[in-house]
Amino acid sequence: MRDVSIIGIGQTKVGEHWDKSLRELAFQALEAAMHDAQVERVDALYVGNMLSGELTGQEHLGALVADFAGLRGIEAMKIEAACGSGAAALRVGYIAVAGGLCDIVACIGVEKMTDKQGDIATSSLATAADADYEALHGLSFVGINALLMRRYMHEHGYRKEDFANFAINAHANATRNPYAMFPHPITAQQFAEAKPVADPINLLDSSPIADGAACVILAPTSIAREFTDKPVRVRAITVATDTVAVHDRRDPLYLEGAAISAQKAYAMAGVGPADIDLFELHDAFTIMSALSLEAAGFAQRGKGVALALDNAISLDGHIPITTMGGLKARGHPVGATGMYQIVEVAMQLRGEAGPNQVRNARLGMAQNIGGSGATVITTILEADQ
Amino acid sequence: MEVARFWRTTEQRYRLVGEVCPRCHTKIFPPRDVCPACEAEAKTLYQFSGKGEVYSFTTIHSAPRGFEKYAPYMVALVRLEEGPLVTAQLTDVDESEVYIGMPVEMVTRVLREDDKRGMIVYGYKFRPVRQAEAERQLA
Ligand SMILES: [Zn+2]
Repeated sequence: MRDVSIIGIGQTKVGEHWDKSLRELAFQALEAAMHDAQVERVDALYVGNMLSGELTGQEHLGALVADFAGLRGIEAMKIEAACGSGAAALRVGYIAVAGGLCDIVACIGVEKMTDKQGDIATSSLATAADADYEALHGLSFVGINALLMRRYMHEHGYRKEDFANFAINAHANATRNPYAMFPHPITAQQFAEAKPVADPINLLDSSPIADGAACVILAPTSIAREFTDKPVRVRAITVATDTVAVHDRRDPLYLEGAAISAQKAYAMAGVGPADIDLFELHDAFTIMSALSLEAAGFAQRGKGVALALDNAISLDGHIPITTMGGLKARGHPVGATGMYQIVEVAMQLRGEAGPNQVRNARLGMAQNIGGSGATVITTILEADQ
Repeated sequence: MEVARFWRTTEQRYRLVGEVCPRCHTKIFPPRDVCPACEAEAKTLYQFSGKGEVYSFTTIHSAPRGFEKYAPYMVALVRLEEGPLVTAQLTDVDESEVYIGMPVEMVTRVLREDDKRGMIVYGYKFRPVRQAEAERQLA
């Protein structure tokens, strides 16, 4: 196996792009990343996407984007793993480069959600759950997270307001991210008074759906410096799964897939949670932040929320999370989200995060989750300067 | 929802019929033919009692497609007395009365009506046990 590095990154602003189609968003991110890497051609293109068939009646995104980008003839495919599609595309690209099958590979995450009314997009998200045994009972994706949050509060003795800092921290970091959907701060009082969505989850526990695309270019580490003087090494990228339905899990409050994925990543990179300088986690809802921190080994069971209460998650805390706004405030274009996380960790490791720069960031981790923990992809990146 | 898909899961949905593992005796719902505890083949049918307690619950205000006209409604994770958790709606109960640990029992109700084809999908929901007792006393 060859070592693999990221030699270029690109992203579009997250938000409602009424003037741009799916293929245009994907192309914009791809063009930015290819320009950043100073490459004119790639050997292969992997497009992470969840809902293009449901929401825009368009599948076959590999060929579609390759064609639109003037890359006709190259290897190209769509990769789907619900909200984990973005990082799943990176995993496929990594396999291709590490295995010596391709040299220069583009991995894109793209989602176009705002053409349809919000409730249709919301319903489509339920396709990540178990259609016969969860969705059939009218359970929405928000509802699944609400069930987890209420039980978590019950078992560990937290109040609803204890989760506020996850959202407040994400919004504070988004104010300094030009690509973020919601670059405005929120207060504890706004959190307390936010509109309920599915009790105990309110609007400010929840990440907003959006349009967006992000892209990275991979190359073998041995030639990465021919393209950039700031290559970022992929030290680990691992995928693990759990039951699709939450009710089938041994303990619904323990994200076993996230734990397995993180353990595999630590083993592959030869590091542990104490070595990680920042963690882009999958904060689709505040409860997921707590559960991810616990599963990835940053907090004991039931203590994930305590990390937020202690401010350990801020940019100068001992484990900064959602450093560019996270899903909550950067926005959650579902199939693109995993690639945004990778681009943001790479920015931190290249020292390009501006006012959000985590000092002396050398090792960064991202964890992208499909469904409510059924597919989990953990990536560990290292600055190589 | 397609007719064949609806028909395939009728026994489970109407009567809470699952499976039991012949090796380790784990009770399985929904049926999956492979024991989640020991991975043995498990195709022996098992009739659940329909009794359990609320593990967690929420109220859905913004309903997915097909459920809009029922909103708001309550969905719970119910811990069946035989072990498994199931996802199901709560019925015949006010939101303010529900608590984690509340004893509930299964009833068969309309889950949804498909407006386009007029198909009605029935299935299990859960209601508080105390209410059933009250009804028996009246009868
Ligand atoms: Zn067994």
